[in-house]
Amino acid sequence: MSTTIFRLRRVAPVRRGTKRAGRGTAWARRLGIAAVVAYCLAPFYWMVVSSLRRPADQFSNAPLPAPVSFDNYSAAFDARNGFGRALVNSLVVAGVSTAVTLVVAIFAGYALARLQFRGKTLILTLIIAASMFPPIILVVPLLELFTDAGWINTYQAMIVPSMSFALPLAVWNLTAFFRQMPAELEKAAQVDGCTPAQAFRKVVLPLAAPGVFTTAILVFICAWNEFLIAVSVVNDRHMMTANVIVSLFTGQYKYDQPFGTQMAAGVVVTLPLVVAVLFFQRRIVDGLTAGGLK
Amino acid sequence: MSVTTPTPVRKTAASRPARSSRRAGTAGLAAALLSPTLLVLVLVIGYPVVAALRLSFQVSSESIDPHTGFKVTATSYGAENYTSVFSDDRLLRPWWNTTSFALASVTLEVLIGVSMALVMHRAFRGRALVRAAVLVPWAIPTAISGMLWKWIFNSQGVANEILGTQVLWSSDGFQAWLSVVIADTWKTAPFIGLLVLAGLQIIPGELYEAARVDGASVWRVFWRITLPLVRPALVVAVLFRLLDVLRMFDLPYVLVGPRKDSVETLSMIAFDEMTNLRFGTAAAYATVLFLYVAVVALAFVKLFGADLIGRGTGSET
Repeated sequence: MSTTIFRLRRVAPVRRGTKRAGRGTAWARRLGIAAVVAYCLAPFYWMVVSSLRRPADQFSNAPLPAPVSFDNYSAAFDARNGFGRALVNSLVVAGVSTAVTLVVAIFAGYALARLQFRGKTLILTLIIAASMFPPIILVVPLLELFTDAGWINTYQAMIVPSMSFALPLAVWNLTAFFRQMPAELEKAAQVDGCTPAQAFRKVVLPLAAPGVFTTAILVFICAWNEFLIAVSVVNDRHMMTANVIVSLFTGQYKYDQPFGTQMAAGVVVTLPLVVAVLFFQRRIVDGLTAGGLK
Repeated sequence: MSVTTPTPVRKTAASRPARSSRRAGTAGLAAALLSPTLLVLVLVIGYPVVAALRLSFQVSSESIDPHTGFKVTATSYGAENYTSVFSDDRLLRPWWNTTSFALASVTLEVLIGVSMALVMHRAFRGRALVRAAVLVPWAIPTAISGMLWKWIFNSQGVANEILGTQVLWSSDGFQAWLSVVIADTWKTAPFIGLLVLAGLQIIPGELYEAARVDGASVWRVFWRITLPLVRPALVVAVLFRLLDVLRMFDLPYVLVGPRKDSVETLSMIAFDEMTNLRFGTAAAYATVLFLYVAVVALAFVKLFGADLIGRGTGSET
């Protein structure tokens, strides 16, 4: 046993040796990786560090908070800010948007990936074009419409327009995913006497769970990050999403802008996404690259 | 529909009537499966776009009836909104901000993103860690990252401390513009990196081996092998980023603020008009932006041949 492990371990450097990776290049490589990681994480690190300072130390630029304090977090959740409620609002809006979008998109994704029919290219073009619309052109007339319909300060006023970017993203990702599934599965089901609809329901759908899950994460992150719609159709603090309300924080302490509190709230808003990214990084990257969409 | 795809040639030899009936069944199924999506898209995109176009030509003089408190509107149709939008620099300045943001950010993002992809491609150990780290900027909500960079660029903030300067970054002027470019580049260069990395990973190793045997230099390999083969992935990534920056709103809005000459984009000025209840001019700005985005997208696809649908129908990714 131990010898095989030994041998396996030895094989690796030899294989790398063929790539002429000298000691210098190995170090350059490590340095490059460190630079990439630092580039990506340094600003986020600064957000975390700033949030953990005492409000009195807010303008300290020391790389570590000393002493560590959670005052900014309790200030963020101060009842005056309505931040807790805003988190719930964000969760409702992003959650419902994701659920509704997925239910609609699964069918379209399957049809576009598997069925042969006239006008498919046109529909694919329409869906990709739909994802490129500047949201402001949708928001302007919708705001007027929602004002007349009494939809201002409601969840549906945020959820319905969110479908405009969530649905193309979801359809596109699911289409790419269904395409990767072996077509033999449905063929076999159809040979066994299933109609295409039955094959979809009994064979494809259960097996598509991972792709649906990946798409759900992507759509949820995009919906959670949405800002323009949320800031347009809501003016009541009780209905604002977390992103919007954090930008409106006023200081509990006497500074112009309560950056410490905002950083703490920013960490709270971002943390679920960062955790999701850590757990599902492989799936997310697959989804992003398959969809080619943001 | 008006565009027809070539009728599929079935490999299985089925009898004629059975085949056509099955195809009819397939078409019906396709229609049934696609109709919810198309209906939603018509409602949340098609209708608003048409409404915005109508609104942009609608000229209304609104006043509040002092007795009833209701809005009294006299509506007519004309191009007044567009003449007011196209007059003086009310369009040119936000248009140039939008365009310069797109040019500067996307250029920087491509340079940094491609370098990142090359570095990540060489990573053997800690791939998972690198991938997770790269996703962090993408996952942070833009509004939150705007806040974060506003803090970094604060007059007493860490940027000035590191640079040893006393720049008032997020006030206005070129430095405000630059701060938006930096923040946007930080957030999205890793995204380009990921897409390019996916393109790099499908380049067969034998090509590099062959080039090495032929004694090609590192640069030559990059220009002659890596770049051409990664081009399709890069072109799609750049197109998406380009269109995304052209509609940019939340980052300058949060990082610098509304109504700042040096960073106000077309989306922002339309939003500003809208919040001041000048829906007609807001719709006119939005329509101009929409047409601009459409022209850029079409020109880009024509020039670089971005194979968008190909990825969707992609036989091979």
